[in-house]
Amino acid sequence: MDSTLTRVPKNKKSISDLFAPIGKWFSNFGKRFADGSIGTKLSHFIFGAGNFYHKQYIKGALFLILQVAIICFMVFCPTINGTPYGYKALANLSLKNVSEGGDFDPITGEFSAGSDCKLMILFGFVTIAVIIIYFMLMKMSITSSVKADMDEKIGKKPSTFREDVMELFDSRFHITMLTPTCIAALIFTILPTIFMIALAFTTYNSQDMNDKGTNLFHWNGIDNFIAVFTGEGSLGMEIKNRFLPVLGWTFIWAIFATLSCYFGGIILALLINKKGLKGKKIFRTVFIMTIAIPQFISLLAVRNLLGEYGPVNGLLQDIGATSGPIGFLGLHPGDSEALAKVMVIIVNMWVGIPYTMLMTSGILMNIPADLYEAARVDGASTVKMFFKITLPYVIFVTTPYLISSFVGNINSFNTIFLLTGGGPVYTGYQAGGTDLLVTWLYKVTIDQGSYNTGAVIGIFTFIITATITLITYRRSKAYNEEDTFQ
Amino acid sequence: MSNTNKTSKKVRSQSRAYKTSLGITYILLIVMGIIWLVPLLWIFLSAFRCEYQPDGTFIGTVTSNFFPKAYGFKNFADLFTATYYGVPNAFPRWMLNTLIVAVIDCIISTFLVLSVAYCMSKLKFKMRKPFMNISMIIGLFPGFMSMIAIYFLLKSIGLTGNPDHPGYSMVGLVFAYSAGAGLGFQVAKGFFDVIPNALVESAKLDGCSNFKIFMKIILPLAKPIIIYQALMSFTGPWMDFIFAKVIIGADNSAFWTVSVGLYSLLFGTHPDTNLFTQFAAGCVIVAIPIVTLFMFLQKYYVEGVTAGAVKG
Repeated sequence: MDSTLTRVPKNKKSISDLFAPIGKWFSNFGKRFADGSIGTKLSHFIFGAGNFYHKQYIKGALFLILQVAIICFMVFCPTINGTPYGYKALANLSLKNVSEGGDFDPITGEFSAGSDCKLMILFGFVTIAVIIIYFMLMKMSITSSVKADMDEKIGKKPSTFREDVMELFDSRFHITMLTPTCIAALIFTILPTIFMIALAFTTYNSQDMNDKGTNLFHWNGIDNFIAVFTGEGSLGMEIKNRFLPVLGWTFIWAIFATLSCYFGGIILALLINKKGLKGKKIFRTVFIMTIAIPQFISLLAVRNLLGEYGPVNGLLQDIGATSGPIGFLGLHPGDSEALAKVMVIIVNMWVGIPYTMLMTSGILMNIPADLYEAARVDGASTVKMFFKITLPYVIFVTTPYLISSFVGNINSFNTIFLLTGGGPVYTGYQAGGTDLLVTWLYKVTIDQGSYNTGAVIGIFTFIITATITLITYRRSKAYNEEDTFQ
Repeated sequence: MSNTNKTSKKVRSQSRAYKTSLGITYILLIVMGIIWLVPLLWIFLSAFRCEYQPDGTFIGTVTSNFFPKAYGFKNFADLFTATYYGVPNAFPRWMLNTLIVAVIDCIISTFLVLSVAYCMSKLKFKMRKPFMNISMIIGLFPGFMSMIAIYFLLKSIGLTGNPDHPGYSMVGLVFAYSAGAGLGFQVAKGFFDVIPNALVESAKLDGCSNFKIFMKIILPLAKPIIIYQALMSFTGPWMDFIFAKVIIGADNSAFWTVSVGLYSLLFGTHPDTNLFTQFAAGCVIVAIPIVTLFMFLQKYYVEGVTAGAVKG
């Protein structure tokens, strides 16, 4: 009760916080236009005009060049692979007038060879990003002009270009440092993510399109999401029949994989850090080996070791435990699904436990010794001390890790792909018995070419991981007291 | 008298209990150690396996005997000279490709991570908190979603394996690996947070610019985290498999990284089960330098992992 009471105003504040700057920005905008010098007023239309007015020629020229470049980009529409940028890209975003089987250019009204709807969407988003950059430049240009106005008013000389550059290494150093990452993340992370989200609302299925000999598709609203319940999408009944089983297994997998590695790691760390144990370093090195060796090596080694002709099956047959090879990993149709599921969790422990062990080792050594001393005086047993002191302490410290490892396991592509390949196979379906949402997403897109359905699966995965993370992470101490750590 | 006797009995029984528990610990650890090493040992032994059929053909498949009946270096010799997927001397080539990508990725990624982490930890500015939240939310999308779009994006600017310039795909791969690196700043930020703010403040009072503070104060103190980040980003391309597979492309075998190449020996479009021992030899060649690197830099690795655990 108490916590909800204190949380409500905080949430409210965060929402109004979000909108306040926008309102302020607009009111500032009008005010600055009215109050500004002639240079500032002109800066709204010709970037850098204010800088020229204050004799900051280099800065003004830079603004102007960028503005001209963007306007040229918008007007002249550079074309790559037959698909234009600029205003044409904005028009193309509608994907309208593109009839199946023909390449129709909505601007010229002619059919053009090589039109490609996925590039139209991609370039459309790039163009929107460029427009946003245009307005950011506009704001920068006005701000810089206003600053020069102010300097003049108080009788200071407007800053020279040299001073501006120096500032980028001091008071505005964060701009210098963050710009490369922002640009890279915008192009290689944010843009692709938005693009894939957009694909979820289209009819983009490359196999269908190859059959028809076209690169064209169109928007179809939320049909792909409805198809999860009706099975009428580009993937047919698979998405309806296999979605819930795969989702369920993804959760079971994530829970078991996280907890088994977590507690296994803690126990291993306790064993290795036991007082009086010799050869700690050797043991630790042995377990670090599995972390250091690339997963494709260690997992493929296990896959072959447990395979049909591998030593494990050989041994079992030699001692007469089984007559034929056991399909541990569901690599052949007809292998046991339950066994494959148990095996991937066990093999994953082999991969994951050393990692948790390393992490908790450091934490175990930081537990205040007097806690144990006091417990010992009170006559607590070792087991009791573990459950009452060690475990609560470790869990408290590593909660953020627990969450991130849960999310990591939901997205754990390597283990499943390299070990079982998703098998055992369900005839007629892409998703096998051990497929997670991510490996299914891979099969659906890369093998099957059903990009729209793949995007739907991806969005569901995101919703799940985001919900879990936001709920737990925002409540955690590490987040709320982030500032106090500094 | 009886009292001291009782205590000494208690101590003795305690030390006996301690000895048993220590013994059990040793047994458990040794058993676990063996379990952990068996698959690796098997790959290692398979790499040196040199068995022949009675009719003289070489046995390169997975066999049911754990220990080879004969040892030799044939697999390594074959691996370095063989033509795979139409590429002569494919394996050394793949190794070189991976090395080039790894070195460039290591430099770019480490630089990006350090610069973002420093800003987030030691500089105060308006967009700090929003930037942190956005980077966290982006991290929640499955990497594949963006991977496929990155492929289209790189393709549209010619940085995937197009027939005219197949080598450009490596540039694309470097972009794909290092571009998002800056968003993974959390561990390094956790490290910078520990550096006392007073140090920065006093330098500022002495008239140091933020740039100078970064270069002269933060970086020298940040050696452990620099090594950790460099190790992570250098080993990344050797460990990654799926990004390289998608971005370089299935047909572009001359520019594969070593993981894609080795995977393709056994499970590619032309899998050959008789190449298993050569695959094993390749694994040993790849694993040895990386494991050595990890062992040498273990201290820094553990430090980074522990910092990551607490900060999330």
